[in-house]
Amino acid sequence: MAAELITAGAVHQARQPLDAFTGQLGLRPLNGKRGLLAWAMLAVVLAWCGLAEAGPKIESWQTERGSKVLFVNAPDLPMVDVRVVFDAGSARDIKLPGLARITNSLLTEGAGDWDANALALRVEERGIILGNGSLRDMAWVSVRSLTDPEVLEVALDTTAVVLKSPRFDTDAVERVRQQLQIGLRSSLQSPSSVAKRRFFHTLYADHPYAHDPGGEEVSLADISVEDIKRFHRRYYVAANAVIAIVGAVDRAQAEQIAERLTGELPTGQHAPALPEVPPVSGGELRESFPSSQSHIYVGQSGMARHDPDYFALYVGNHVLGGGGLVSTLGEEVRNKRGLSYSVYSYFSPMRMEGPFLMVAQTKNDQAEQALEVMRETLARFIEQGPDGKELEEAKQNLIGGFPLRISSNSQIVEYLSMMGFYDYPLDWLDSLPAKLEAVTAEQVRDAFGRRINAAAGIAVIVGGSSG
Amino acid sequence: MSRLTQQLLTLLLLLPLAAVAKVSEYTLDNGMKVLVKPDRRAPVVVSQVWYKVGSSYEPKGLTGISHALEHMMFKGTEKYGPGEFSRIVSALGGNENAFTGRDYTAYFETLSVQHLERALELEADRMRSLVLDGDEFLKEIEVVKEERRLRTEDKPTGRVYEQFSAVAWRASPYQNPVIGWMHDLDNMTLDDLAAWYRKWYAPNNATLVVVGDVDPREVLELARKHFGSLPESDIPALKPADEPEQFGETRVDVKVPAKQPYVLMGYKTPIVGSAGEEWEPHALTVLANVLDGGDSARLSRELVRGSGIAASAGADYGSYSRLPGMFLLSGTPTDGHSVAEVETALRDMIRGMRETLIDEAELKRIITQAVAGKVFEADSLFAQAMEIGVLETIGLGWRVADAEIDALKAVTPEQVRTVAQRYLVDENLTVATLTPLPMEQRAPRASSAVAGGRHGS
Repeated sequence: MAAELITAGAVHQARQPLDAFTGQLGLRPLNGKRGLLAWAMLAVVLAWCGLAEAGPKIESWQTERGSKVLFVNAPDLPMVDVRVVFDAGSARDIKLPGLARITNSLLTEGAGDWDANALALRVEERGIILGNGSLRDMAWVSVRSLTDPEVLEVALDTTAVVLKSPRFDTDAVERVRQQLQIGLRSSLQSPSSVAKRRFFHTLYADHPYAHDPGGEEVSLADISVEDIKRFHRRYYVAANAVIAIVGAVDRAQAEQIAERLTGELPTGQHAPALPEVPPVSGGELRESFPSSQSHIYVGQSGMARHDPDYFALYVGNHVLGGGGLVSTLGEEVRNKRGLSYSVYSYFSPMRMEGPFLMVAQTKNDQAEQALEVMRETLARFIEQGPDGKELEEAKQNLIGGFPLRISSNSQIVEYLSMMGFYDYPLDWLDSLPAKLEAVTAEQVRDAFGRRINAAAGIAVIVGGSSG
Repeated sequence: MSRLTQQLLTLLLLLPLAAVAKVSEYTLDNGMKVLVKPDRRAPVVVSQVWYKVGSSYEPKGLTGISHALEHMMFKGTEKYGPGEFSRIVSALGGNENAFTGRDYTAYFETLSVQHLERALELEADRMRSLVLDGDEFLKEIEVVKEERRLRTEDKPTGRVYEQFSAVAWRASPYQNPVIGWMHDLDNMTLDDLAAWYRKWYAPNNATLVVVGDVDPREVLELARKHFGSLPESDIPALKPADEPEQFGETRVDVKVPAKQPYVLMGYKTPIVGSAGEEWEPHALTVLANVLDGGDSARLSRELVRGSGIAASAGADYGSYSRLPGMFLLSGTPTDGHSVAEVETALRDMIRGMRETLIDEAELKRIITQAVAGKVFEADSLFAQAMEIGVLETIGLGWRVADAEIDALKAVTPEQVRTVAQRYLVDENLTVATLTPLPMEQRAPRASSAVAGGRHGS
């Protein structure tokens, strides 16, 4: 709320935050100690050679109760980041939208012997940061702590209790229910949130991805404490968990951390497979809103995590609208015509097919024009594919920027969570540059031609009526 | 706990050299400041060029010009065409962008370290050789207006913040929105921008901050090579912009279509550099954290959980800015409670700060969090560079950051009570409330088949 800071290029971030390339900054841990000089020389050698950077060294194992662990040793800072991810997102609460979110939010609102006050004080008086969150596929608890033994001990002990024995006290349930209802209402003040909700409802209809993870007014009111306890018992189990650890701990310590966090969770079962996403035919949906801009969401079903066309679609989209201002949509909608501040496109790959979306917002009387330009740009891209130079530059950006995306502990722990959750092989990060490099213009054109249909998409326009 | 805090402080001192490396400071012959902080963890680098200009430098009629110029800085120079800067950095695998605040305009690139020189060359090029083209301006000013619609016109809390600042400040330039008033954007010309660029964009009004896998002396050489030959200019001295005394509470009730009421309150407070006594800003920082330093802090404990009248409540104070700022409080009522009740509760919390001493335990919690926060901050190159850039650009100097923990440790409960008595008083207060008007939402209408068009299961 305080410092007002505004930027030239719209920052269109993290839709599904664990998308393959959403990071910005940060640390490639190299193993072991090094004299500063030796390290500096090594860095210089790497720099001069311009070698393709390898990813961090990832180790993986299963806990006794069957949770998968991914670990990277990052010795430079005396801190550790841990994230425990469960297949317990809103795709699992279709009958009571919001149940996954309320359950996840309540984990840190009292657990074991500690009510919400005691729990918060216990971590904060040691500088520990305990967090949680939930989206469509995932729900997680994260903890960031110094490696000081006394502090880390409390961090792990508390997190383990939070995962296993949340209290779900009645007053906490009612409080969080209110907060979610108010959060929902606040999001309905935003034409962009309204448009996005409408888009997902239209695209996914009866599929579990249709509803917003934040829930609906009616369902939030209906959720009972028993529903929450049942949800926790079913999904917050060892077999449904993935643990990501990054920090200044060694393998033996990491193993202890993993056992510590989930060793007392019941083994349980992994969440069942989600239904296939059924096809939908396109159309336009307009909703009146008291705003000066109209928000445009155009798209269709996109791709899943393990899609055979993943890299062709990913690189292709980078040319089309994933590269910010340096993209075809950025050029056509913003640079050439000044229609929109923030314009972009993305694939949001999830367990099942996530959406492909193009997004822009413009003053109401330009909405038709912007929509037309977006559609024409997409149609032309599907027809012609990227030209050689565009493709080369997109690949250079993605490959050349690879070290930036794995350079902080916080980025690496997100990658590990994502890789573990979606069952990627451990060499996935290492193999990225080569896979990106291998994508050809013809593959992009072919993949977009088969997968994306400019005429059949869904367009949602939410804004003032002058459009 | 005291022992623990001590332990943490020791630990901070023992951090590997690479993690808490010192800043190297240089000044080029043309007056440009160069600040370099090595962080050898990864072969990447953040480069930022900070200019001492922002919305608080803008006269009436020209609000938003610093930000509009920031947009035009991507539209080409004598050497490179419109958008080419972004394309070049992108093809190097880099990220680049810029941001404008009240006290600064900054441009940054994040890249693999071997490309640092290219970024410096490009930044040096646009420092003195920008081409301001009329056609590009006509399009880009429309983009800026769309940005304003997105951030403020159509965002109820954005409106409240803008109205709040406008009435809270009688004279301080902090009264104007960074993005500018729409009317000023409507009337902005290319000549205005050209004059603004000539006035402020010069090496002796800029600071280069580089954090990453670099040797400071090598960065200095690169900086000399690319920025060293740029001519300096006469940077005009800003007139002082003192805020006169307020003499009484100020209120505004913002009525816009919305669903959720909201209250924002602010007390005018001193900052580091402006305070009567040096410890005052640090005591205010502690005070803000007593109220809102996490879920265990008083606002969460008393208002969100205890009485339950607020769905959320926050306090915020920034001790680092060019001109004195405000101690902010905000809150959203739960159903069945009103903004008036939330406001009263927030005032009660402040009265408590004036009347009673905070606990030693609260003080210790805050210091422990600050110490851990310093370690966590070292995980982000960008955050490290931001801290250096802000402090240097507002005139305090980057060294202030190193003294922060010690300054907080020296704060006493009595000092916290004293700053509450001195500054958090009704005569100093501005209150803005959001009263929702009906949104008159209509049911969606499908202009062609959507809902019925589903195939398959």
